[in-house]
Amino acid sequence: MLLIPCPWCGPRNQIEFTYGGDATVQRPGNDAPEAAWEAFVYMRDNPSGPHDELWLHSAGCRSWFKLRRDTRTHDILGSARMGDELGGESP
Amino acid sequence: MTQPHRLPEGGIIDRTRALRFEFDGVQHEGYAGDTLASALLANGVHLVGRSFKYHRPRGIFSAGAEEPNALVQLSPASGARTEPNVKATMQALYDGLIAASQNCWPSVHFDVGAINNVMSCLMPAGFYYKTFMWPPTPKWWLKYEHVIRHAAGMGRAALAPDPDHYEHQYAHCDVLVVGGGLTGLAAAHTAAKAGARVILCDESAAWGGGVGDIGATIDDRPVDRWIADTVRDCARFDDITLLPRTTAFGYYDGNLVGAIERVTDHLSEPPAHTPRQRLWKIRAKSVVLASGAIERGIAYANNDLPGTMLAGAARTYARRYGVRPGTRAVVFTNNDSAYLTALDLHDAGVAIAAVIDARPASQLTRGLHQHARASGLAILPDSAIIGARGGRRVASVDVATLAGGRSTRVDCDLVCVSGGWNPAVHLFSQARGKLRYDEPLATFVPDISPLPILPAGAANGCFDPTAAVMEGRAAGAAAIPGAGMMASPHHSPRTNGVDGTALQPLWAVPATRRTAKRFVDLQNDVTVDDIALAAREGYVSVEHLKRYTTLGMGTDQGKTSNIIGLALMAEQLDLPIPKVGTTTFRPPYTPVTLGAFPGHETAAHVEPTRYSAMHDWHQEHGARFVNAGLWKRPHSYPRPGETEDDAANREARNVRTHVGLVDVSTLGKIELQGRDVAELLNRVYINKWDTLALGRCRYGVMLRDDGLVMDDGTTSRLSATHYLMTTTTVNAVRVMQQLEYLLQAEWRNLDVYATSVTEQWAAAALSGPKAREVLAKVMDIDVSNGAFPFLAVATCHVRTAQGLVPARAFRMSYSGELAYEIHVPADHGRAMWEAIIKAGDDAGIMPYGTEAMSTLRIEKGHVVIGPEADGRTTADDLGMGKLVNPAKWCIGKPLLARPALTAPDRWQLVGLTALDGARMPRAAKIVANPDHALPNPMLGHVTSWCYSPNLDAWIALALLANGRARHGEVLWALSPLANVRVRVKVGPPCFIDPEGARLRV
Amino acid sequence: MRYSIFSLARNALTHHQHWPLAWRSPAPKPRYDAVIIGGGGHGLATAYYLAKEHGMSNIAVLEKGWLGGGNTGRNTTIVRSNYHLDPNAHFYEYSLKLWEGLSQELNFNVMYSARGVLNLVHSPADMDAAMRRGNAMRLNGIDARFLSRDEIAQWIPNLDCSANARFPIHGGLLQPRGGTVRHDAVAWGYARAADARGVDVIQQCEVTGIRVEAGAVVGVETTQGYIATPKIGIAVAGHSGQVAAMAGLKLPIESHVLQAMVTEPVKPVLDTVVTSGAVHFYISQSDRGELVMGGDLDFYNSYAQRGNLPIIEHVVAACLALFPSFGRMKLMRTWGGIMDMTMDGSPIIAKLPVNGLYMTGGWCYGGFKATPASGWLHAYTIAHDQPHPLNAAFTLERFAEGRVLDEKGAGPYPWAH
Repeated sequence: MLLIPCPWCGPRNQIEFTYGGDATVQRPGNDAPEAAWEAFVYMRDNPSGPHDELWLHSAGCRSWFKLRRDTRTHDILGSARMGDELGGESP
Repeated sequence: MTQPHRLPEGGIIDRTRALRFEFDGVQHEGYAGDTLASALLANGVHLVGRSFKYHRPRGIFSAGAEEPNALVQLSPASGARTEPNVKATMQALYDGLIAASQNCWPSVHFDVGAINNVMSCLMPAGFYYKTFMWPPTPKWWLKYEHVIRHAAGMGRAALAPDPDHYEHQYAHCDVLVVGGGLTGLAAAHTAAKAGARVILCDESAAWGGGVGDIGATIDDRPVDRWIADTVRDCARFDDITLLPRTTAFGYYDGNLVGAIERVTDHLSEPPAHTPRQRLWKIRAKSVVLASGAIERGIAYANNDLPGTMLAGAARTYARRYGVRPGTRAVVFTNNDSAYLTALDLHDAGVAIAAVIDARPASQLTRGLHQHARASGLAILPDSAIIGARGGRRVASVDVATLAGGRSTRVDCDLVCVSGGWNPAVHLFSQARGKLRYDEPLATFVPDISPLPILPAGAANGCFDPTAAVMEGRAAGAAAIPGAGMMASPHHSPRTNGVDGTALQPLWAVPATRRTAKRFVDLQNDVTVDDIALAAREGYVSVEHLKRYTTLGMGTDQGKTSNIIGLALMAEQLDLPIPKVGTTTFRPPYTPVTLGAFPGHETAAHVEPTRYSAMHDWHQEHGARFVNAGLWKRPHSYPRPGETEDDAANREARNVRTHVGLVDVSTLGKIELQGRDVAELLNRVYINKWDTLALGRCRYGVMLRDDGLVMDDGTTSRLSATHYLMTTTTVNAVRVMQQLEYLLQAEWRNLDVYATSVTEQWAAAALSGPKAREVLAKVMDIDVSNGAFPFLAVATCHVRTAQGLVPARAFRMSYSGELAYEIHVPADHGRAMWEAIIKAGDDAGIMPYGTEAMSTLRIEKGHVVIGPEADGRTTADDLGMGKLVNPAKWCIGKPLLARPALTAPDRWQLVGLTALDGARMPRAAKIVANPDHALPNPMLGHVTSWCYSPNLDAWIALALLANGRARHGEVLWALSPLANVRVRVKVGPPCFIDPEGARLRV
Repeated sequence: MRYSIFSLARNALTHHQHWPLAWRSPAPKPRYDAVIIGGGGHGLATAYYLAKEHGMSNIAVLEKGWLGGGNTGRNTTIVRSNYHLDPNAHFYEYSLKLWEGLSQELNFNVMYSARGVLNLVHSPADMDAAMRRGNAMRLNGIDARFLSRDEIAQWIPNLDCSANARFPIHGGLLQPRGGTVRHDAVAWGYARAADARGVDVIQQCEVTGIRVEAGAVVGVETTQGYIATPKIGIAVAGHSGQVAAMAGLKLPIESHVLQAMVTEPVKPVLDTVVTSGAVHFYISQSDRGELVMGGDLDFYNSYAQRGNLPIIEHVVAACLALFPSFGRMKLMRTWGGIMDMTMDGSPIIAKLPVNGLYMTGGWCYGGFKATPASGWLHAYTIAHDQPHPLNAAFTLERFAEGRVLDEKGAGPYPWAH
């Protein structure tokens, strides 16, 4: 059972969290071309290995934050508040 | 005479407490401390069940969780507490226990299913893949399958709900020690002494572990005393939890170990308020794996006869339970450990007919072998059992030298077999630990794991008691936080015996007859020949072998068989064993009762139930409830003699003629505060929001990023910087999460705070031409049309029996009538509701439920997220294309212009009226020609429908291809499920007051 | 050797010493007319139909592990075609028709057990959605019946049909021809049949690269060397994104773990497949007697083939809420499979935007039941370099065009399908 380090509350059981998907996809600017939006909405790197992803501490502080997690092992490599960079091993 | 095979003394049983039990209808007696298996053996019962496939007689093979054979039905199969497939070797005896053998009819002594054994030549591994294909229709396989299913399956599930309950316990510790044998006790003691928070668990009721250590001396003390001392010392530490009868079954992410504590399984039923079992979820900083080792057998002809037993198990029965498992025994081994069995049985008065050792005489010269000879035991070196004879119990074995030659028959009623020991590496492997094939031990042992799990003792391939205690201590010390887990406490001498003589791998003895069955997996009846067949046919990968032959797929999960199967496959392929591989050790380590997983969160509590603040009132007034997500909502309020439909029609009619009140507390409510709320709304809704005046509300539609409709609702402006957003019931959580995400991640510069207040506010909608006169009686504000016009919002009070209650009033309408929504703090919900009902008495007010609400909104053509906005529709499909403000950006807009979203044949919202006085069928599809051959092209489908009591007609909303251009057409609504077809006329999706005049009166 | 009761009896006389290999283990040739990546059901079926329907026999199936070792051997064995949207309904119905004759087609008993698939409904809204789907099925020529609560209670007595259940059963949509298939047999049957038609089925051969020249594939790099080929079919669901990336492509797919579990075997207690959308649960009883269960994803990207306790707890909670008498049975094994979760919940069986590159994947929860039709249509698409009408909608381009096939209407959130 994942032990997720919320950057505000510390390590908590996975059942307190809601998954939000890939954190590396960049929301295009409002006037970006349609293709950029298609890529943002639909296309994913889906890496086998370190994955930067979004989580919401839904049964806790209700903060969204970034988590780096290895999709092969589920090992957690770090977490960061929104606006901060994830440190450690880069994906 | 009871317990004829009980030894006069010895063992951990309590001879002062005799317990009565029944097996297969026969009464027996055992002692407290017995397992069902030891008690059966004490009574001379060896035949306890029939095998899965061939229905061969089977006895007790082991003394632990690895048991493949002795599976029984515990408690009578007709009762609610019956349990199938209980391992007799793990079931503690209690007074009044009733058990029966499984998978046999009419009895375990005479089993009709044993015909399979006679026909077994037609049933090699995987035979069912090669036959049962004629006659060539699926119906025939169903007939074959019916027979196969009834022959398979072992025990019987209960027919009545489980009367017991289960609970969960979370725990955290520095060091979790799995296994309470010598190694585990030493590890736990060391770690606890150093101040670590420790949990020690063991699957059995008593500490001290296996029997490998009986007679040993630890720290100059007899092992029994050392165990008692250590347990007592451990219990003195403040931060140690001792969990007997607790099996660690699975290793999960974040170093979480799942363990199951059998709290009351040793009692006939749990005392009141005590759970039957407790599921522990232990988050450990590190784990010491001291789970011991499991013995394996050797395959020879008829090695499944009752009376055949692992050597260690025979010793366990003699030494731990004071039971003589036979009167005349043969010991068959390839390693030294079985000599201890021979000596102990000899001491217990069992005649040892022979010790048959696969190793040459030249190797059998150490102290242990000499001790055996000195005790008068006949050792036959370089020999093997080539076959056993007997009916329902072994009667003799044929012995020959491994080189071949004439065999001799040796009479016996007990065969003790040892093919070596396999460390119980299951949790280590689940912890992504890599295994290494150890040649001297001829088995897999732990190598390295990336996680903080330290195997020690027999689980680490260390079988010497003194060395195991040292490993335990080293592991306990290394596991303490800060110790760094550095010391992999290797490596004491790794021989498989006390005396250091090497094991000689022997997996199967060559058969002398083609038809002889040499079993590898006793539970699933997988033989040496089956493995050869799998190899011959190309099922050579370990997983193919398992799946094709079913090796290791039984309830024992191959604990005694997998490695033998692997080795035999390696022989077939002429490969070294590690090249063939090893199978995945999937959790759980031993089967875990289903009831333990949900604990209390099942039945009524399988999901939370959400109730509105007015729920009790609804209940008291005869409401019928429906599930709406997790909520319970009133469907309607039938009066005596009314059906639910009658009630809903009455309620809907009353709203149009008088006034009705409906509970809308389930709507999502989100408070938005800050300087930039209007900008946020502009970005998340398709329509324009910066023009919303103070004290006004507006309807809005939200899209997903892909341009399709996500949700709708209203947002009200309560002050310059304070707004209240409502969402649909189903999307309340989703919209809140989305807003939080956007504000925290994407638009961090917006000054907006969002808080969900769905539960904090109760809400009711008051609708009907008389709504204003009712409302005026309870509100402290002027609600006249001039002072409080359509889409007005006010912060005000409601007069209730509890006094003035703070409220928010909204003039908005879902029903299409003059209508208001009133929100009050949830604690005042019922008071508000009752105040309005009371005030409406003269006006003919009635409560109405979701069904009438649905009728009213269908008449009015309002869409609902779900049926109409089904996640595939655009705003334009729903007739709300004009709401999309061309002058501003919003979420979803960039992808709105994609060709498929603007195609002319999109399904668009229309209204349908049933013709010919017909009733609209449920969930109909729309076609042009009902008699078209199948597949009949569908032009669309009915999304919502009702009998309109106000129009006296069956009407519907529908999504129809190019629907807006089809107004006036007559099509067919079909429900093949109900065998109904109805002519329908297409029109606009609003049946009442299309101009909306009633809203504004 | 043809499998039958007669060959079984004949071989019994010789103690089963003469059964031939079910498939060869050839070394890869330097060049094939087509290479299929992935030796699960889909890849093997693709190869079989390429050989049988399109006369291509110089083809290879490359499997990095052992045949059927991915999701073919990790699913809950359910087959059905109870879909709402036309393209899905027609596709899965074609698959179900192929299942019906597959044992005879392959001369390998895949044990298609038409025991019925029953979707329980627990609220009026559930019932509307189920009946809408059922009506669509019937108009598409697919069998479907709606059962009342009383009919269900009579048929499945251990199901809690009481009105005060947390999720009371209002009825259920039954597809009588739905059921189960013995999963391993599918991989083995197709492998044997493809091998018999000359296909090289090569295990322990991992593709490590796809060579593309001038916008067209020319071959694959493998752990057994380079293999030249003008056509490559990818059938590696769970890892589609990884393999497509070798050709420089990104897919609208995330990989997620889905757990499944079985109890100890017991005598027959459940004669059909029961599913419930309200509690996210499905269950059937295997021929060996084990209850086979599954539920939701673990809800985070994963390639780990194992999951965590919360979902197991949830699945069992749902099981016991529906079947309270199963409480004392024991869970024997749990495992996980890796799902290609697409952005609309529907598969991709298509030409990819590199010449000569094709894929079948993106199965979400639904891959096993699709196996025969997936292979059939993938083979057709490879052979003709264009899709068949049955898979014309399952393109990669549908996302950009807005032509998504979102059966649940859940939107572009792969874990929501």
